[in-house]
Amino acid sequence: MSTEHEQQVTDTLERLHSADSVDQVEAIRVEALGKQGWISQLMKTLGKMSPEERQQEAPRIQGLRTRVADAVEDRKAVLEAAALEERLASETLDLTLPAPATPKGSVHPVSQVMDELAEIFADLGFSVATGPEVEDDWHNFTALNMAETHPARAMHDTFYFPDTDADGRRMLLRTHTSPVQIRSMVANGAPIRIIAPGRVYRSDSDATHTPMFHQIEGLVIDRDIHLGHLKWTLETFLKAFFERDDIVLRLRPSYFPFTEPSVEVDVGWKDVNGRRVLGGDGDAPGHGWMELLGSGMVNRRVIEFAGLDPQEWQGFAFGVGVDRLAMLKYAMDDLRAFFDGDNRWLTHYGFSPFDQPTLSAGVGAKA
Amino acid sequence: MKFSLEWLKYFLETDASVQEIAAALNRIGHEVEGIEDPAEKLAGFRVAEVLTAGPHPDADKLQVLSVSTGDAEPLQVVCGAPNARAGMKGVLGLPGAVVPANGMELRKSAIRGVESNGMMCSVRELELGEEHDGIIELPDDAPVGKAFAEYSDVSPVFDVAITPNRPDCMGVLGIARDLAAAGLGTLKPVTSDPVEGEGEAPDIRIEDEQGCPAFYARTITGVTNGPSPAWMQRRLKAAGQRPISALVDCTNYLMLAFGRPAHVYDLAKLSGPVIARRAKDGETVEALNEKTYTLDSSMTVIADDTQVHDIGGIMGGEHSGATDATTDVLLEIAYFDPEAIGVTGRKLGIASDARTRFERGVDPAFLDKGLDILTSLILKTCGGTPGAVARAGKPPVEPTRIAFDPKLTATLAGVDVAEGEQKRILEALDFEVAGDWQVTCPPRRHDIEGPADLVEEVVRLYGLDKVESVALPRAEGVAKPTASPLQLTERKVRRAAAARGLNEAVTWSFLPTQKAQHFADGADLWVLDNPISEDLKAMRPSLLPGLLMAARRNADRGADTSRLFEIGRRYFRGADGASDEKPTLGVVLAGEKTLRGWSEGKAKGFDAYDAKAEALALLEAAGAPVDNLMVMAGEKGGAGAQFHPGQSATLRLGPKNVLARFGALHPATLKAFDLDGPVVAVEIYLDAVPARKNAGFARGPYAPPALQAITRDFAFLVPADLAAGDLVKAVRGADKQSIVDARVFDVFAGAGVPEGKKSLALEVTLQPGEKSFAEAEIKALSDKIVAAATKQGAELRG
Repeated sequence: MSTEHEQQVTDTLERLHSADSVDQVEAIRVEALGKQGWISQLMKTLGKMSPEERQQEAPRIQGLRTRVADAVEDRKAVLEAAALEERLASETLDLTLPAPATPKGSVHPVSQVMDELAEIFADLGFSVATGPEVEDDWHNFTALNMAETHPARAMHDTFYFPDTDADGRRMLLRTHTSPVQIRSMVANGAPIRIIAPGRVYRSDSDATHTPMFHQIEGLVIDRDIHLGHLKWTLETFLKAFFERDDIVLRLRPSYFPFTEPSVEVDVGWKDVNGRRVLGGDGDAPGHGWMELLGSGMVNRRVIEFAGLDPQEWQGFAFGVGVDRLAMLKYAMDDLRAFFDGDNRWLTHYGFSPFDQPTLSAGVGAKA
Repeated sequence: MKFSLEWLKYFLETDASVQEIAAALNRIGHEVEGIEDPAEKLAGFRVAEVLTAGPHPDADKLQVLSVSTGDAEPLQVVCGAPNARAGMKGVLGLPGAVVPANGMELRKSAIRGVESNGMMCSVRELELGEEHDGIIELPDDAPVGKAFAEYSDVSPVFDVAITPNRPDCMGVLGIARDLAAAGLGTLKPVTSDPVEGEGEAPDIRIEDEQGCPAFYARTITGVTNGPSPAWMQRRLKAAGQRPISALVDCTNYLMLAFGRPAHVYDLAKLSGPVIARRAKDGETVEALNEKTYTLDSSMTVIADDTQVHDIGGIMGGEHSGATDATTDVLLEIAYFDPEAIGVTGRKLGIASDARTRFERGVDPAFLDKGLDILTSLILKTCGGTPGAVARAGKPPVEPTRIAFDPKLTATLAGVDVAEGEQKRILEALDFEVAGDWQVTCPPRRHDIEGPADLVEEVVRLYGLDKVESVALPRAEGVAKPTASPLQLTERKVRRAAAARGLNEAVTWSFLPTQKAQHFADGADLWVLDNPISEDLKAMRPSLLPGLLMAARRNADRGADTSRLFEIGRRYFRGADGASDEKPTLGVVLAGEKTLRGWSEGKAKGFDAYDAKAEALALLEAAGAPVDNLMVMAGEKGGAGAQFHPGQSATLRLGPKNVLARFGALHPATLKAFDLDGPVVAVEIYLDAVPARKNAGFARGPYAPPALQAITRDFAFLVPADLAAGDLVKAVRGADKQSIVDARVFDVFAGAGVPEGKKSLALEVTLQPGEKSFAEAEIKALSDKIVAAATKQGAELRG
């Protein structure tokens, strides 16, 4: 009996080994292990045996069953693996083909730099103030100590509207962000520490001037603020903005009707492969000075116009071109391109939305 | 203002170098915009003598010269000038020298086969004048071999920007005075003896005391006009002033040296008394610039019986101007009211050196001295006999007195300057400082109004560079947040838009009127009075025109797609004529949304749903409650005539508050902006988005439901014009507790759907609470859903 069974198992295993489809394996399994399979039949004979006989036969028959069952599983696994391999081979993709395109957006350099400036000045305790761009001549000129006949008015290349407001003030496009000084002092009094970024306008257009550009105004009014604080503020801000410790300022006396004393600020630069890179002493070899911003102690008349007592309050103001700062920091050389909306320029010079300036990461976004 | 070093040294005794002077000028507030040293350009040009001159063998018009520059061997030079001849002295450019006029470097060369070792130069070639008929002829005593730069005594020229508050420095003397006060040398005294006149003083009168408080004059008879002397011409030319004639040059010299404009009339052209009066309305005068100006009664003029001869303080008249034939002159030196000069100058649009000075304020104490200096100059250069001086009116010489506390220098400028030094500086600038620090200002310093101005004087001469940086007081702890709510919103929206693949543009605030008009919707546009061009004229009522124009430019450059956005203001007239500026976001999607591709197939354009997606995403970033917004489409939607009437809508919070408009643009808009369609756009009115009230850091409580949600599909037949949104809203409202979502997954009309109807299929999500839904509960919810839909005219499809 047992030799016969052994032979049968050997046959089955051989057939399994040569089976080349899962279906064949299944047929063989049913033949042996199915309900009517010969091993299953053998299992049933156990019930009729005497205990002694069963004790001897049961392990043997179980052994047969296990050997066949294992062989079935093994063969199935081999065949399935082969089938899978074949299927996968047929599913090969050419992964050098492009993936679906997703458009990449960008943040304009002017916005980016304004965010950087807001971050730096927030750390110095300056909040952000705004004002209208269509201004009246009182806020833009008179209150800034430029009476109607003041020659400095004519130097501002002002865009005018035919309108006057209810107070008979001539409407115009603000020529600087300085009117925000007046509006902030009138609205909030002193002490005050603000920056006012925004669009300004001059009827001037050439390679380096556009009729619209961006400025940022700074104003500090308190009880004992002096020129030394102004100098420190500008140095601190420029060092933080350009992320360089070697920024050197040169203060020159100048004239703005709304400040007294007035100070023009030059920054030292170095010629690096034909490009002016800020940093270093402008008088050193290979260096020079560039005029970067205007500033001064707020004229007491301006403080009076803003409704504050100049005996009690004094402070400084400064103004600087945002586009200019952007160009210097990020090495752009064409101001006109800022306002053109050219996709290619925006993509190249624009910033990732995730370059939100933070102090901990450094406010600047590296190329 | 330009002036030569040589002229400066006429007023200032100094050994300082050009660089030291330039540095000092910058330091004290006179910005040096340029330094030009003509000697550099004249390097390699020498005084030379022509020894022999003979014909060129191969050219009729050329000569072969033998020229000596004092060296042992004379040089052979080929020359084409007709005046070249043996024995003359001229200027030879040696090989290596660069001709100033054309930048050409001279070389030893052969001209028509004859060797030439340099070039004899003309006046024009050396940029010394216009003459080019022949080579320069120098006097016989010119020392042969001397560098021509040295011989001709050229001097470096400073170009300095004088700020408008310093008219006293619009003359070389004023600059010299400032430099002396800065310790750069000693100011030389200006000597001018009063010139005693003979005979009668001219009849001059003032009728306009306001515009012309003082008018002094004298005659000089028997003058000979002609070219002014070389020393004067040299200084004038260095200052950029073209020599005209001796009489005119003398007045220009006075102006540039002392900052004092004056005028010379041809006495023969005047008749009767000379009067400073207001012009009559409509009166005309031909000015020295050969233009005729029509005057009005606000303007001060100098006139005689017959006509206006001078637009007071601005420009003289052509009729009585000095000419070569002039023999008798009337000199005028007057004080004009600065404000009136400014008004007249602006009205007439005349910018002149005289106006620049009078408008800023000349020295009111310099009339007599100025007249004496001018008289002396004319007598020296033109001869003649001076008459007695007539003086009408009085200049405002009352000086400003300021009670100054020298401690203010430290308070305002943060720098300690010893009181003695402060006094020294002020006195060097001609301020009188009394023992009690009462400071009397020189009348020429119109800019000094109060103590702060004196601080500026002290600090600029003491040295701004000595101001030490002092840290601003810092609030304790970590810096506080400072961004305003609008700034926060703009930042979020900007970065959200960029993250969605849009490029941020910054476009002009002003537009061509027509383009602005297309988006004006009847609003009265702000249009500039004096635009720089027609393209930059009307303030934008919408952000879309600027973006559409940018999209057009991009298309012209071959771009397939423009995805642009901008955050900026729209400009409207507000109450009381003030400005009403509305913060706004604009988006334009133009061109191809997806390019043709190996997997995508054909290129695909943008549609109104793309605009809707941007609108909702960006509104959400702006903090708008996007789930509660109404979509109002069609005519009533009010997206505006610029949009496709059937493919645009507004998004509203409540029926009135429009937060945004979006959709496909109207073909007429595309035509107006010369764009190929379809182009879709969004405009979000950031100021209409309500502020979040009392938002803190704590979120509302939430725990994900323990039980899984189930979904059920419903297909409804609805009237074709029923908005899907209305059906969804009704279905969602059928049971606010259990129905958490309803999503349209199919819209179908056509075969199998009756005419005038469409099929909308919705997947509804039901969320069980504490325990799972029983069959009966689901059935009840389904019934509610169908009932709610039925109210909208829907019927459940079988």
